[in-house]
Parts: sequence; structure tokens; C-alpha cells
Amino acid sequence: MFAFIARRIIQAILVMLVISLVGFSIKDQIGDPVRDLVGERVTPAERAEIAEKMGLNDPFFTQYYRFVKNAVTKGDLGRSFLYNKPNLEVILHHAPATIELVFGTALIIIVISLPLGVYCALRPRTFLSRFTMSFSTLGVSMPVYLTAILLIFLFAIHWQVLPSYGRGDTIDLFGLGWWSTGLLTIDGLRHLILPCVSLSTLMLPLFIRLIRSEMMEVLETEYIKYAWAKGLSPARVWMVHAFKNTLLPVITVFGVQIGIMFAFTLLTELVFQWPGMGFMFLEAVHRADISLLIAYLVVVACLFVVVNTVVDILYGFINPTVRITGTK
Amino acid sequence: MSHLLEVKNLEVKFALRFGDITAINDVSFTLDKRERLGLVGESGAGKSVTGFSIINLISKPGFISKGSIWFEGNEISKYNDAQMREIRGNRIAMIFQDPMMTLNPVFTIGFQMVETLLAHRNISRAEARAIALEKLKKVHIPSPEQRLDQYPHELSGGMRQRVIIAISLLSDPAIIIADEPTTALDVTIQAEIMDLLQELCETDNMGLILITHDLGVVSQVTQKIAVMYAGKIIEFGPTDQVVHNPVHPYTIGLIGSIPGSIPPGQDLKQIPGMMPTLTDIPPGCAFNPRCELKQDICTRETPVLMEKQNGIMAACHMK
Ligand SMILES: Nc1ncnc2c1ncn2[C@@H]1O[C@H](COP(=O)(O)OP(=O)(O)O)[C@@H](O)[C@H]1O
Ligand SMILES: [Mg+2]
Repeated sequence: MFAFIARRIIQAILVMLVISLVGFSIKDQIGDPVRDLVGERVTPAERAEIAEKMGLNDPFFTQYYRFVKNAVTKGDLGRSFLYNKPNLEVILHHAPATIELVFGTALIIIVISLPLGVYCALRPRTFLSRFTMSFSTLGVSMPVYLTAILLIFLFAIHWQVLPSYGRGDTIDLFGLGWWSTGLLTIDGLRHLILPCVSLSTLMLPLFIRLIRSEMMEVLETEYIKYAWAKGLSPARVWMVHAFKNTLLPVITVFGVQIGIMFAFTLLTELVFQWPGMGFMFLEAVHRADISLLIAYLVVVACLFVVVNTVVDILYGFINPTVRITGTK
Repeated sequence: MSHLLEVKNLEVKFALRFGDITAINDVSFTLDKRERLGLVGESGAGKSVTGFSIINLISKPGFISKGSIWFEGNEISKYNDAQMREIRGNRIAMIFQDPMMTLNPVFTIGFQMVETLLAHRNISRAEARAIALEKLKKVHIPSPEQRLDQYPHELSGGMRQRVIIAISLLSDPAIIIADEPTTALDVTIQAEIMDLLQELCETDNMGLILITHDLGVVSQVTQKIAVMYAGKIIEFGPTDQVVHNPVHPYTIGLIGSIPGSIPPGQDLKQIPGMMPTLTDIPPGCAFNPRCELKQDICTRETPVLMEKQNGIMAACHMK
């Protein structure tokens, strides 16, 4: 097990190195660190001098090494000229909003798709199953912004029961100054509902269908037939034997999808004026803050890799065959 | 005197889109205490379906359309699901064909043994584990204590089939139904597993229904043989009689195709043709297109199982 975890972490580090290399090359090609630092009001001679001082004339890999070293040892991902602050500080300031949005969405997906998917697999012919399946087809084909606008219209404008704008009351966590959470106030939680629901409609149908089809496949296997032949109760056959085997492939997909979702919050954040990383990203694009964009890319990639690694290790704990072979 | 198990005029159908097909047609047999019966026939003859109907676990869309099954004097084919669960894995245990597929890959051997006991008996987990260990020892598994905490993929096919035999012994059942228990295993291991099964049936007073396509295996283990063809029993009798003086041309053909059954130098005889699928069974005797003795009557009238010679029953117009 230890070897397996170590291997996964090494893989994660390698992936991060590749991504940072890509990010750094982009920065090297189109970024202008001198402008980022001092703006436009300097003479060409002064610019050249600053560039030399910053080591911009050094070989590519020397610069890359410095970039990685600064990132790892000092958490230095460059400076945003738009906010006039270190990039990491800007991103950290926006990250909690996005993280809460993604995890709220993940929670909604788990709580709804597990029971519904399992039910549809066990009772495929009932009205509820047929309804769920047709409805999830609709969900898949409906774009997020449309869902979001529909939700805002119904719940915020028509019935006026839920807020549709911003994060509401937040609390500064641990006195850090940058980690503000909306999870601890009623108002903050109420603000989370509509964005999370609208973001979850993107992947909820996918998961209901995935769980249903995996479970149906598992129910046809010899070991399930054998579980019946041993005289086990339906609850045990379904909820212990079939469920665990269903969960294994679902967990892997879930990990990847949650990771991807960090990059997919853009539209939701825009529609709901959610002050997260996606919102920040759009601003950075708008103002051509390349340095911040690169830092965003690296941080989102890092989140993606961390989520995936954690899920894979979790998977290793559940699936005994992984631990032996180390692959899946 | 009532039998331990009695299958009476069993008929099983599968409800398919284009209509019902009959997979088992008027099958009857009995099994007494400590008796071992072989169910033999080509693949698709209906052996597995017969075995699964006894514990009412025919795969969808199959169902028992006629007949009854009696166990220890009770008509278990009338049992509801809860009553049936008390029989399954408890009074009648089943061994499946492929040990690689039978155990759940994500649970330990111990887990899968203990849960079986807890489903049927009011005992503690520790007591169940002790019984599981005892049964693993009984099937001669090396370092049994260690096995309890291992996962199925850590064991070889032969070891897994031993584990499955141990699971079937857990509740000291009256009958074990073994569906081709050695077909998926290496030849060298096949004999070991068969010997083990036979030995256990003798020491533990269990009845055995051994399903196989291999006449050679049945002849060494069982006292009675039922030969199945296209959903019917076409020959039934004491093992040594069926093996040495078979009546039905199909059985004669089956025995002729076993290596070692005929003097050296003579050619092995293979029955020409194939068993018909259930949707196009010919009229009259289902075997007639492949039969050397075929006459007109064979294509017109379906032969019934009748007393022939030396205690053998056979369904053939010509004998
Ligand atoms: N799930 C099923 N659906 C439809 N037909 C089936 C099914 N299972 C078995 N059958 C039919 O029953 C016949 C007998 O099958 P089976 O008892 O498995 O044969 P075998 O003698 O090889 O064990 C098959 O030829 C097939 O036509
Ligand atoms: Mg079979």
C-alpha cells in the first residue's frame, strides 16, 4: 500500500512539472515581466537593464529552474499587474469561493445520483426510473447558462426565495485574511444553493446513468448469482456485494470530473457573479494579465492533480486488486 | 418412503421476445440421502438450468412452468423468496463452474464465508470465523488461517474452488449441486477436486448432484446417471450399467467418444452433427437427425422414458 501511494505521489509531481513547464514556456513566449513589474513608462535602455537584472537573458532551463524553485520554496508565481499583488495571493483570495462551489456541487451530485442510480438499476421498469432516465437526457442536453438563468428566474425573481448574486455573508477563517467561507453563515449557505444546483445539472445526469449502467452490469455477474445461491438477503446482495463493485469505476470517474469542474465553474461564476477563480480568470483575460493567467493555469492544474491523486489513493484502499498490481 | 429430493415433471421456459421456449421438458428424478447423481450431456442440454431450478435461481427470463420440486417432504417449488433463502446455501449448497468468477473480488475469503453463516445462523462473528476456519482445514487448504484475510485474486483457481467447496460445507447441507466444478481448472487439479468432493460427501453424509459434460468424471463419482439431450432426460440408470451397457444411441455415442473406453487400435467414434437449438427441435425424437438406427417412427412420435434392461430407463423407439 505504501509503495502504491508513493508511486501515485511521484506521478502527481511529474505531471505538475510537465504542466509548469508548459505554463512557463507560454509565459516565456508571450509574457512581458518587465511591463508586469514597472508598467509602460520606462525607456528601452532602462528596460534592457531591468531585464538583465531579472535574469531574462539567461538560458531557458536556468529560468525554468528558477521559476520552479521560486514556486516551490517561496510560493512565488509572479506578480499580477492588474491587482498589483503577487499572483498566488490573488488566486488564494479567490480560491475558497470556487472550492466551496465545487464541493457543494460534488455533494449534491453524490447525494442525488447514488440513490437514484441504484434505484434505476434495481427497478428499471418503474415509472420513477423511466422518468429519471428521460429527465437526465434532458439535463445532459441543456447548457449550464440556460439552467442557471432558468433557476435565477424561478427562485430569485419569480418566487424570491433564494439569492442569485455573490456569496452573501462570509467569515474570515482562521484569521488568515484570505480564506473567507460562506459555509458558516445561513446567508452564505443560501447563496451557495443556486450556483451549486446549476453547476451540478451538468454532471448529475452523467452520474445517474453511470451508476445505473455499472450496477446493472454488476448484477449480471457470476459472483452476484453466487451471493444469491448462498442465501443472502436482497439488502445484502444489493447494498454490500453489488454496491461496492459498482462504486469502484464510479469513484475513478468522479475524481476526474470533480477535477475538471474546477475549470468549468467559469460560466456559473459569471452568471451568479460568484467571486471565485473563474471570475478572476475572466477578468485577467479581459485585461490581458498573462502572468496571472499562467499562475491560474498552474494552480488549477495543481488542484486537479491533487484531487485525482487523493481519489486514486482512496480507490486503492477500496479495491484490493490495485494494491497488488499497482495499476488499474 | 419419501426421497430427500424429488423433481417431478419439471418444465422450465424462457420468455423471449418471439415467444416462450422450453429449455427443460418433463424432467423427473430423485435423490436419496448420501446418494450421488450425475447429470450428463452436451453444452446447452439443460443441465445448469435443471440445477438452478432446484434452488429457484433460474436466470431471467426463465421460470418453472410445470411440475414440482420436493425437498425433505416439502414442496419447495411453492416456497416464497424468504423461505427459499433458508434453503439456499444452507440446506442445498451450490458450486459454480468458474472459481475465477464466483467469489466477489472486493471482499476477503473470511468475509464471504462469515456472511454466509450469519445469514443462516444466530451466532457471533467469532464463532462464524471459527467454523469457517474449520471448513477450510477440511478442504485441505494450506495455511487456512492466512487465507481468511486474503482476497480471491491472491489464490489460484484450484485453491479458489476449494474455498468455494468450503463455503458450501459451512452449514452442513443435505445436498450439494456442483455445476461443472472442474471444467475451468487444469487437468491435474481436476482429479484432486473431484476426489475431495467425493470424500466429503461420504464423510459428511451429503447428497451430490454432479453436473458435467464429462462421462468419465461422473462414472468415478456417482451411483446414478441421468443423460440429458435437448432439455430432456433420455437415459437414466445405475452408473456402472449406463457406462458399460448403455441403451440409448446417444449415450452409446457419448461413451464411444471417451478415450480409453474402447480397445486400443480402434478409432474413437464421434457422434456426427450437433444438438439442435431449442427453437428448432425436430419432431419426434430430438436425436433422430444424428441417429444411426433412425426409422420412420422416430420422426413421427416422441419416445417416452421407459424401463429397458438392468434397471436402465431410456427414451428410444428402437431398443
Ligand atoms: N438466460 C437465458 N436466456 C435464454 N435462454 C436460456 C438462458 N439460460 C439458458 N437458456 C436456454 O437453456 C438451454 C440450456 O442451458 P443450460 O442449462 O445452461 O445448458 P447446459 O446443459 O450447458 O448447462 C440453453 O441452450 C438455452 O437455450
Ligand atoms: Mg451449464
